[in-house]
Amino acid sequence: MNAPAPAAIRPPTEITIRGLAKSFAGQPLYAGFDLDLPKAQVTSIFGPNGCGKSTIINMVAGLVPMDAGEALFDGKRLRDTVIGYVFQNYREALFPWKRAIDNIKYPLKLAGRTAAECDARAEELVASFDIRFDLRRYPYELSGGQQQLVSIMRALAPQPEVLFLDEPFSALDYEMTLFMRDKLQDIFEATKTTMILVSHDLEEAVYLADQVILLTRRPTRIAEIVPFTAPRPRRPETLTSDAFVQAKARCLEVFQREVRK
Amino acid sequence: MLRAKLGALTPAIGAVGFVVLWWLVYRLGLVDPVLLPSPAESFRAIWDGFAGGALTRDFLITIKRTLAAFAIAVAVAVPLGILLGSSQRVYGSVEFVIDFFRSTPASAMFPLFLVILGVGEGTKIAVAAFGAALLILFNTAYGVMNARKTRQAAARVMGASRARVMVDVTLLESLPQTFIGMRAGISFALVIVIVAEMFIGSTDGLGQRVINAQMIFNMPEMYATIFAAGVLGYGLNLLFIVVERRFIHWGGK
Repeated sequence: MNAPAPAAIRPPTEITIRGLAKSFAGQPLYAGFDLDLPKAQVTSIFGPNGCGKSTIINMVAGLVPMDAGEALFDGKRLRDTVIGYVFQNYREALFPWKRAIDNIKYPLKLAGRTAAECDARAEELVASFDIRFDLRRYPYELSGGQQQLVSIMRALAPQPEVLFLDEPFSALDYEMTLFMRDKLQDIFEATKTTMILVSHDLEEAVYLADQVILLTRRPTRIAEIVPFTAPRPRRPETLTSDAFVQAKARCLEVFQREVRK
Repeated sequence: MLRAKLGALTPAIGAVGFVVLWWLVYRLGLVDPVLLPSPAESFRAIWDGFAGGALTRDFLITIKRTLAAFAIAVAVAVPLGILLGSSQRVYGSVEFVIDFFRSTPASAMFPLFLVILGVGEGTKIAVAAFGAALLILFNTAYGVMNARKTRQAAARVMGASRARVMVDVTLLESLPQTFIGMRAGISFALVIVIVAEMFIGSTDGLGQRVINAQMIFNMPEMYATIFAAGVLGYGLNLLFIVVERRFIHWGGK
């Protein structure tokens, strides 16, 4: 079911999910689900409505309990792993009582870093993100894109091993979405942080990914894993390249096959 | 420019109109002048009352009682509300009891509190605190229960312990609602304190002053005291709005 790439070029594994099971109201969503997610790559998760794309990353990130099974990060448990998570709804994910900059420092404070360390790390992030707005503002004083940028900076502040992104750009307008995709790619290029992206936008899922995991309807299995190996940095022109068009077409074919089942 | 200046005066129109109407009714003799003194006479009574110190003293005593009741209510109800709100099951089990006593007129509790605490300072403050506490309690619990799940999840995923999520997120999330409860609570405490001062063997306070003035038909003094009570109620509300805007700047955003 899970077609592994040849061992020689297969990247090391970051997350191993084994025997995962989850039911909602007696309806199995996942049963005996196994998945390996590669290190230092961007993996997109795409599938029909209600197949549990968000649920699976929420379970792996510890936000939703699993009924059975486990997810290990490089062999470690979640509590021994630093992760970052970017929510779709940035407005409800940021802390409006803290200034943007203090939102970014919050996970560092949680980790017990000193004020000087927090400042240094925040400055580093500001420089690498090329931020041109005032981070001393409160989140509700920022535009949607700026707020989501702050969310991403907050998630990256503690240098997570894995960054989960749950439809991070779906509440933004197209112009902002394009900008944020490029921003995210730059971050990936610079840090090689393993990224797991849930998206309901197939174009985005393919554009950003090294591989797209296509899920079936519930009970959810892996329909296919489609690689997309176009060189980075990918730019809007990539969207019209043959490799992109082919990868997207393949994803769409599998998706439609699964939806019709 | 002129229009903008006039615009700033809009809120004053009603107040001026009210006084003019009052003066007209007085002037035309539509109401017995014993019952309705002229605005000037009433304002003089207010001035004399505050300048002479008698009204000031009662005013301050009523403030003191109201604040004491409010302080007790906050000290009891906020921690309890947080406790109740942090567990759906606990809140569910006591929701009816809270709702029932919240709906029971607190003034109906006077006799009970009189039996327990006797005729004194304690009873007035206790009944007012009781009523205010219930308002604060359910608003705080409601605020805690309705804290945004996404914000709690965001803190959790960053590695915050349950206690940290509570302190760093849930409490702050509940603050706007807690403040709504406190604002309602202090207004309510003032109502109960004034009623208690009228009827529970009181020798001071605005309530007692109103009823005394009424009994000796000193209408200017009665109006002056009613006005003072109004100023107090309005002032407390205003104070809360200012504090709220200052400290809960994110409310409703």
